[in-house]
Amino acid sequence: MTELTKLTLAAARDGLKAKNFTAVELANAHIAAMEKARGLNAFVTETPELALERAKLSDAKIAKGAGGAMEGLPIGMKDLFCTEGVPSTACSKILEGFVPPYESTVSANLKKAGAVVLGKTALDEFAMGSSNMTSAFGPVINPWKRKSDPAAQLVPGGSSGGSAAAVAARLVLAATGTDTGGSIRQPAAFCGLVGIKPTYGRCSRWGIIAFASSLDQAGPMTRTVRDAAIMLGSMVGYDPKDSTSAQVAVPDFEAALSGDIRGLKVGIPREYRPDGLSDEISKLWEDGIAMLKAAGATPVDISLPHTKYALPTYYIVAPAECSSNLARYDGVRYGLRVEGKTLDEMYAKTRAAGFGKEVRRRILIGTYVLSAGYYDAYYIKAQKVRRLIADDFAKAFQSVDVILTPTAPSPAFGIGETDDNPVTMWLNDVFTIPTSLAGLPGLSLPTGLSSDGLPLGLQLIGRPFDEETVLKVADVMEKAAGFSAAPSGLEG
Amino acid sequence: MSLDKATVKNIANLARLEVRDDELEHLVGELSNILQFVEQLAEVNTDGVAPMTSVAHMELPRRADEVTDGNYPDKVLANAPECHDGFFLVPKVVE
Repeated sequence: MTELTKLTLAAARDGLKAKNFTAVELANAHIAAMEKARGLNAFVTETPELALERAKLSDAKIAKGAGGAMEGLPIGMKDLFCTEGVPSTACSKILEGFVPPYESTVSANLKKAGAVVLGKTALDEFAMGSSNMTSAFGPVINPWKRKSDPAAQLVPGGSSGGSAAAVAARLVLAATGTDTGGSIRQPAAFCGLVGIKPTYGRCSRWGIIAFASSLDQAGPMTRTVRDAAIMLGSMVGYDPKDSTSAQVAVPDFEAALSGDIRGLKVGIPREYRPDGLSDEISKLWEDGIAMLKAAGATPVDISLPHTKYALPTYYIVAPAECSSNLARYDGVRYGLRVEGKTLDEMYAKTRAAGFGKEVRRRILIGTYVLSAGYYDAYYIKAQKVRRLIADDFAKAFQSVDVILTPTAPSPAFGIGETDDNPVTMWLNDVFTIPTSLAGLPGLSLPTGLSSDGLPLGLQLIGRPFDEETVLKVADVMEKAAGFSAAPSGLEG
Repeated sequence: MSLDKATVKNIANLARLEVRDDELEHLVGELSNILQFVEQLAEVNTDGVAPMTSVAHMELPRRADEVTDGNYPDKVLANAPECHDGFFLVPKVVE
C-alpha cells in the first residue's frame, strides 16, 4: 500500500470517489508511514485512532455518493491550531497539559469537509522561528539530503516545519500551516512543496494560538498547486468569531487553474536582487521569468522602494503584538505553573520556565518598544513604515497582475550551522516579510534544485483576495518547471 | 540605542519574566544588537504618514450587546493548574 502515500491530494480524492481504495486503506498507509518516520520528529501528537474513526465515517459517506471536498484525505494539523480534546502545545513548555475544550474554525472547516487528521505537527515555539529549532520538543529533520553530504541533518525551515517535513516525506497528503512572516512559504521552499499564505482576513484566526494578530494567517502546504487550491477552498470563509475575518465570496480555487496566462503582466521587483544574492537563486528567478514569457505573460520591471525596511519594521510590529498576546500565559488558567511566594513571583517564575530563548527575546523587545517613552519612536514609527511598504505594493499592482520573486535567499541549512546572532536567522524571511506586512496573498512553488540537490522555491504575490491569479500562474509555472524531485527513497 | 542592565531588568519586570543576574549581560548585548538593527527605520521620511494598524480595509463589525456564549464553568476550569469550587486559585494577594 505504500503507493497510496505517493498520490497527490487530487488523485487520492478521485481514487476514493472511483472506489479504487477506501479511506481506511488510505489512512492506514499513511499511519504506517508516520510511525516509520518518527526519526524526523515531524509530529508532536499522533492521533491514529481518531483518524481511523474519521476514515470509517468518510467511507460510509463516499459509499452513499456524499462527502465534502476533503472527504477521507489524510492531513497533518500544525500544533498551533486548537483541536478539541487533543493536546495543543504551540511547541512550548508553557502549554504543558493544555487540552482545548474547543476547535479552531479552520480545523473545524477542514473536518467538516471530510479531512482525516493524522496528528499535530511540530513548529517553532509559538511559530517564532525559521528553522524549527526553537521548538521545546527538539528540532524537526528535513527529509531532503545534500548530495555532497547525505549524513548532514538539515532543517525543514519554519515555523511550519513539522507540516513541511510530513508532507515532503509522504506521511500525509497535505498539512496546515500558519504564516506570520513567511512560516508557510519558507518551509515549503526548503522542503520542495507548494505553500500559500492567503490574503489577511481570508482564513479565520479564531482558535489559532496567537503570535502577531495583525499578520497571522493560515494556509495549506501541499505537493502540487492543484492540491493547494483544493485544500485552501476548505479552510477559508467568513467567521463572525474573528473580527478581522473578511466578508468576501469564496471562489472555486481549483476552477481558476485554467492554464491560460496570456497577456498577464508579471512584476519583477528590482529590490529583491540584493548584493550577495547567490547565483543559484538569481538563475532560478531568471528561469522562472523565462517560463512566464514562454506562456505568453509579460515581465515588467517594477520598484518596491521600501523593501529593505520590511525586516526592521516586522521586528518591531511582530514582537510588540507577541508581547501583548503572550501576556495571557500566567500560570492561572491553563498550562504550566511554577509556584512563587507572591502572585507576581508566580507569574515571573512560570513565564521564565515556560518560554524558550527566542520567545523570551521577542517578549522583551516587544515590551520595550511598547513601553512609555519609546512607543512613538519605535512602534508608531514602524506602523508608519508599514503603510509605506503596503503602498509600494498597491502602486505596483496598478500596472501588474502578479509579482514574482525568490522565496528564500538560500536552500535548507544544517541543524546547528547558524551563528548565535538572531538577526542572521531573521534574514531567511527577507523576501516573504514584505508580503505579510501588506497582508497580500503569497505562494511558494518549487521550481528547481540547488547544485547540492536541495529544492529551491519562487514566490508569487497577488492583489488582495486574488488568490485565483496567484494559483493560476503557479499552475502554469509548475507544469513548465516540471519539478518532480522527491527526497531520496521517495521518488515517483 | 544601547541598553544597560537596569533597563533590561525593568523591561523583564514589566513583562513578568524572571531574569537571573547572570543572564543580564548576555541579554543586554543581544537586545541592544536588535535595537540597533531596527533603528535604521529612522532614515525613512514618514512625515504625514498615518500609522497602519491593520491591513484589513474594514470597519470593525459591531454586534448587539447580548450574552451569546458561556454557562460551562467546568470547561473553563478544565485546564486550570489549580482551582476550587468554581474558582481559579492563585497565591494570596491580600494580607
